[in-house]
Amino acid sequence: MSDKDPKQPSRRDFIFLATGAFAAVGAASIAWPIVDQMNPDATALALSKIEVDISQLERGQAITVKWRGKPVFIRRRTEEEIQMASRVDIDSLPDNNARNYNLSPDSAASDENRSLDENGEWLVMVGVCTHLGCVPKGQSLGDSKGDFGGWYCPCHGSHYDTAGRIRKGPAAKNLDIPAAEFINQNVIRIG
Amino acid sequence: MSKESTYIPKSGFSKWFDQRLPLPRMLHDNINAFPTPRNLNYWYTFGGILTFCLVTQIVTGIVLAMHYTADAGLAFASVEHIMRNVNYGWLIRYIHAVGASMFFLAVYVHIFRGLYYGSYKAPREILWILGVVIYLLMVITAFMGYVLPWGQMSFWGATVITNLFSVIPVVGTTITEWLWGGFAVDNATLKRFFSLHYLMPFMIFGVVILHIWSLHVTGNNNPVGVSVKEKQDTVPFAPYYTVKDAFSLVCFLILFAWFIFFNPNILGHTDNYIMADPLVTPAHIVPEWYLLPFYAILRAIPSKLGGVLVMGAAIAILFILPWLDTSKVRSATFRPLYKQFYWIFVVNCIALGYLGSQNPEGLFLVASRICTAYYFIHFLLVLPILGLVEKPKPIPESITKAVLEKMEIRNMKEKSAEA
Amino acid sequence: MFKLSGYNFKFCILFQIIFVLFFSISAFAAGEQKRVQKHDWTFAGIFGHYDDAQLQRGFQVYREVCSSCHSMNYVYYRNLAEEGGPGFTVEEVKVIASEDMIIDGPDDYGEMFERPGKPSDTFVSPYANQNEARASNGGAYPPDFSVLAKARSTLRGFPWWFVDLFTGYQEQGVDYIYALLNGYSEPPDDFILQSGMHYNEYYPGNQIAMGQPLYEESVEYADGTAASVEQMAEDVSAFMMWAAEPKLEIRKQMGFKVAIFLFVLAGLLYYSKKKIWARIEH
Repeated sequence: MSDKDPKQPSRRDFIFLATGAFAAVGAASIAWPIVDQMNPDATALALSKIEVDISQLERGQAITVKWRGKPVFIRRRTEEEIQMASRVDIDSLPDNNARNYNLSPDSAASDENRSLDENGEWLVMVGVCTHLGCVPKGQSLGDSKGDFGGWYCPCHGSHYDTAGRIRKGPAAKNLDIPAAEFINQNVIRIG
Repeated sequence: MSKESTYIPKSGFSKWFDQRLPLPRMLHDNINAFPTPRNLNYWYTFGGILTFCLVTQIVTGIVLAMHYTADAGLAFASVEHIMRNVNYGWLIRYIHAVGASMFFLAVYVHIFRGLYYGSYKAPREILWILGVVIYLLMVITAFMGYVLPWGQMSFWGATVITNLFSVIPVVGTTITEWLWGGFAVDNATLKRFFSLHYLMPFMIFGVVILHIWSLHVTGNNNPVGVSVKEKQDTVPFAPYYTVKDAFSLVCFLILFAWFIFFNPNILGHTDNYIMADPLVTPAHIVPEWYLLPFYAILRAIPSKLGGVLVMGAAIAILFILPWLDTSKVRSATFRPLYKQFYWIFVVNCIALGYLGSQNPEGLFLVASRICTAYYFIHFLLVLPILGLVEKPKPIPESITKAVLEKMEIRNMKEKSAEA
Repeated sequence: MFKLSGYNFKFCILFQIIFVLFFSISAFAAGEQKRVQKHDWTFAGIFGHYDDAQLQRGFQVYREVCSSCHSMNYVYYRNLAEEGGPGFTVEEVKVIASEDMIIDGPDDYGEMFERPGKPSDTFVSPYANQNEARASNGGAYPPDFSVLAKARSTLRGFPWWFVDLFTGYQEQGVDYIYALLNGYSEPPDDFILQSGMHYNEYYPGNQIAMGQPLYEESVEYADGTAASVEQMAEDVSAFMMWAAEPKLEIRKQMGFKVAIFLFVLAGLLYYSKKKIWARIEH
């Protein structure tokens, strides 16, 4: 028997090793479909862009739309709100990154970098508190808008200003701004 | 068989662990070092294959349940959603659907192997009965699973089978309506079937553990049917049987993969790709192939109550099989007459399967009745009488003797072939 | 392994003769419905793949002819641009989708409204629901096409149903659809056709509510292929097969790799097993 020959133990070991390694590769490739099936499916990916008609929105009004299962705040700000937001010293902010998907990742959290248009009238943000995922108040007229006139998260008391930047409370980051653009005067595409 | 543990903890930690929870010891004694007869052939690898099938069905089933919707209005669409939109959903669903057939294919080989080698005889009666319990649970689970896609066959299969309970005198209708949660198979039925279909595999898993426990108390039967007498009759399970089981499993997987990737729908029924319609019954209602023999038995009996009872008896009779076979010899190898009746019984079961797929009319009906009768004759007459009249062939003294004898014959043949 | 001794071999043969007898009876009992011929499809067999040009033509036939009555509720416009499909580009699919009007809503005022389709929509349905479909078609519901190619079959008979298990013949449904579309003819003289019904050689019972859908030049193919009835029937059947089994190409390609893997692993295990068992007599 060759495998009992002390001169040739390596060949036998090689076969066992090869078999084991091959079986392990097989097991690993079976695992992938089982993991991947939990990723967003084709319907979820296909719906990842939405178009919103904003022609009816007056200054000072806001709407909330659903995008990828999350609320997106669209606010047409008043002159006063814009003034309030642009007066702030960026260095004094808890988070001085713009958090704007449309800009480079290191952009400063200035009001121009937060709004969608040149006039600073339009603000489009993911309405999910960056602390633990609740939806901040402030979209409806009767809502508490927090100490800075923007949004206030009722879960743990985070205050956001009129540009959606975190000012006070446990949240560490400004509200995220998703990929968004005007495709014409009346329609914003998100995603 | 030695019951002493051969586990030696190697490190300080394993010693510490072993004194508190001897799980590694149990695994070592029951898997690595478990003394197994040295003469088991490939028919004995199906136990391992079945364990693999059960785990595969549970894993793919849990995954499917993440995407499936148990609602009469949405179930069919959610299955199509899995097939079209979920990442690898088509693969996972086909594994699960083909897997059910493969599971039954393997369990039938396993059962018929037990019948051939007399694995149900003393001291393995409980082992056998637990096996029949597993089979019964498998049948119920598979039936409920088939309802879930909510196609035409799902719906009408569920209707026909649940209606069997209406034969129970007096309370029959009450029981069927209780099963349905309504006055017909409907949303409530689908939801409870889904819940139970999810539960039962774990019950099967529990009974499988008892089945293996019982196996490890009595030890394996083997092709010559002679009990293990000395140490050299056995080899440790690892590596001898781990590698043999693994090889056999991979061969089985080749067949499995063939159906998943190149023929995934042939074992199912085309009508199940039509959404359930309570107003239209398909032209032929047939169960999946693995239940056809019982369906043939059901329809062979002219009375409704009789059909249900006889079909139930066809499974129930397996529970008392260990006491119906009067022969002391286990393996069919040494039972010349039993061997022949065994093969007739196999053909008879296949014939019942074929007849189950045909309309019960004319010659088919006559044939179903003959085959049904023979099914019971085999258990109730042939087996008890054979044990009394049959003269067995000389039985080897031990497993080792049988193995060496076989080797000698093989060597002699090789030599004469060379000459 | 089991070996058949002379005796039980004879028994088995006897049973098998009886068996074959049953099979032949079942073949005769089938009657009237004409047997469907196996057709050559590019997507058949182990290396099967869809012919993109054929699927595009088939889609054109579906859109211009069939879609006026038959829905395709599980197929999305985006599928047309996906891997293993007809190979339209994403831009083409956007145009195709926008040509159909989708009912969406309710809007902010609670009203349903119409808008052009998007790739993420399912194919627009010709009817609001099954009842409307039934009412518009003299009581016969035009079946949804999404999985129809898998929901139809042909009568195979012995020994084919057994042979099919190992040849991978999965085109029964599409063969039937192709045959049906070519199966319209005048009924035989002694055939009593009910009013509103049409004679078809391949339809069970030979009476079908759907009138012949395809005639020469029913569509004008974008790629210039001559639109004979056979050509259109073949193209639309292939398209329906794709709609029913959009992952077929991916599945067969993956299956081939899996098979090679399993054969190599089986070889390695066989060799390991021989090595290990060589340590003892067996």
